[in-house]
Amino acid sequence: MTPVPLLLLQGLQDTVYMTVLAAGIGLLIGLPLGAILTITSNNHTLESPRINRGLGIAVNMGRSFPSLILIILLLPLSRLLVGTTLGPTAALVPLSVEMAPFIARVTENAFKEVEKGKIEAALAMGTGPWAMVIKVLIPEALPSLVRGTTLIVISTLGLTAIAGCIGAGGLGSLAIRYGYQRFRTDIMIATVALLILLVTGIQLAGNLIARRIGRRRHVYE
Amino acid sequence: MIAVRDLRKTFITPAAEVQALAGVDLDIREGDIFGIVGFSGSGKSTLLRCLNLLERPDSGTVTLAGKEVLTLDRKQLGLLRQKVGMIFQHFHLFDSRTVRANIGYPLEIAGTDRVTLQRRVAELAELVGIADKLEAYPGQLSGGQKQRVAIARALANEPRVLLSDEATSALDPETTRSILQLLKDINGKMGLTIALVTHELDVVRAVCNRVAVLESGRVVETGEVGTVFGNPRSAAARKLVEISRGFREGTLFTDGGGI
Repeated sequence: MTPVPLLLLQGLQDTVYMTVLAAGIGLLIGLPLGAILTITSNNHTLESPRINRGLGIAVNMGRSFPSLILIILLLPLSRLLVGTTLGPTAALVPLSVEMAPFIARVTENAFKEVEKGKIEAALAMGTGPWAMVIKVLIPEALPSLVRGTTLIVISTLGLTAIAGCIGAGGLGSLAIRYGYQRFRTDIMIATVALLILLVTGIQLAGNLIARRIGRRRHVYE
Repeated sequence: MIAVRDLRKTFITPAAEVQALAGVDLDIREGDIFGIVGFSGSGKSTLLRCLNLLERPDSGTVTLAGKEVLTLDRKQLGLLRQKVGMIFQHFHLFDSRTVRANIGYPLEIAGTDRVTLQRRVAELAELVGIADKLEAYPGQLSGGQKQRVAIARALANEPRVLLSDEATSALDPETTRSILQLLKDINGKMGLTIALVTHELDVVRAVCNRVAVLESGRVVETGEVGTVFGNPRSAAARKLVEISRGFREGTLFTDGGGI
């Protein structure tokens, strides 16, 4: 049997790998969706109630699935893209798809926090949709986007533990297979402690970066 | 330069339907500093915002620099807006950008090359008297300085028209005076046409050559500033003049007479 420290190290490595990549891929899908949700809303540069409502419904549907069910439903897609349904890499597919709608809402919220007047000023200067997102929304919303990303990364971390139930690996899987099924309370405590450390670290880093950006701009909240 | 014909706009809110513009006709000539005055709710801001379609009117026409703005598609409207500057009561600068990058923003989105952009930003900063603050962020500036940056930004693409929506209403009297002087200078130097919305008669007196008085979504009086306020014919204009005089003479208002 693998010694406990090695088990934990491997679990930690898998968890970090899944969290970072799934949150990253999720952001690549979710952030553009959040941007589209924002600029197609009323009085924005690409105002389109139809696209806005359609996408809104799709995002809500994506968020309505119980996580575990969605992960199971997406396993065939993992097999198609990665060739297997086991291990951390296979888990990336359902994890990022699962996170994307949530990320779309989080980024939409961050973009909607940008003062209406700034959007109007940008519109009055003839800003098109692309420049609106790249040059106005993302830079102006950056501190809230960073705080949102902190939330996203921590939620992804939580989701990897659920994916761990069905063969994804990582700390969640350790907690289930050893801590719960084999009554190894020591491993249970160790995995939970590691997860607490991870969450605390991510939150601290996020707060620090957001505050730094604000301070650089002389905007204090 | 700007011609408005029978412009109508009704806002439909859950509580009520508000007719903001009830058939406005207006002519602003090239080189005018044209004041649009009225009490709160008279429709003056809505009128101004209909000129560059920040607000879309229900009916009527707006002709700006020879273009019928309501017929433009999204791209054409974007191009037109690049040539119509606008400044606001609360400045609306980008907090993420330095003064330099704020002024340069309209040039960036218009695809101006780097060298021209930097040269133009330097000229504009000089023009509005903010050249020593180019690397500062808006968060470090006073209200007057912010409005100067906003003016420079609005002028970056060499517009022929500047729309000013209560641009001095959040500033103290001294700063208001200096900003108005700046607008007057720019009007003189560049021949820029300025449409200026305000509720302060003194602002109109200080800079405008012509004025329109709005009441309940209609133009009730229009003409040369001296004529309109020297001999006001409409009730709204008379009231504005009385209030302005009252403040000067230190009259005590009673029964809400000053409001």
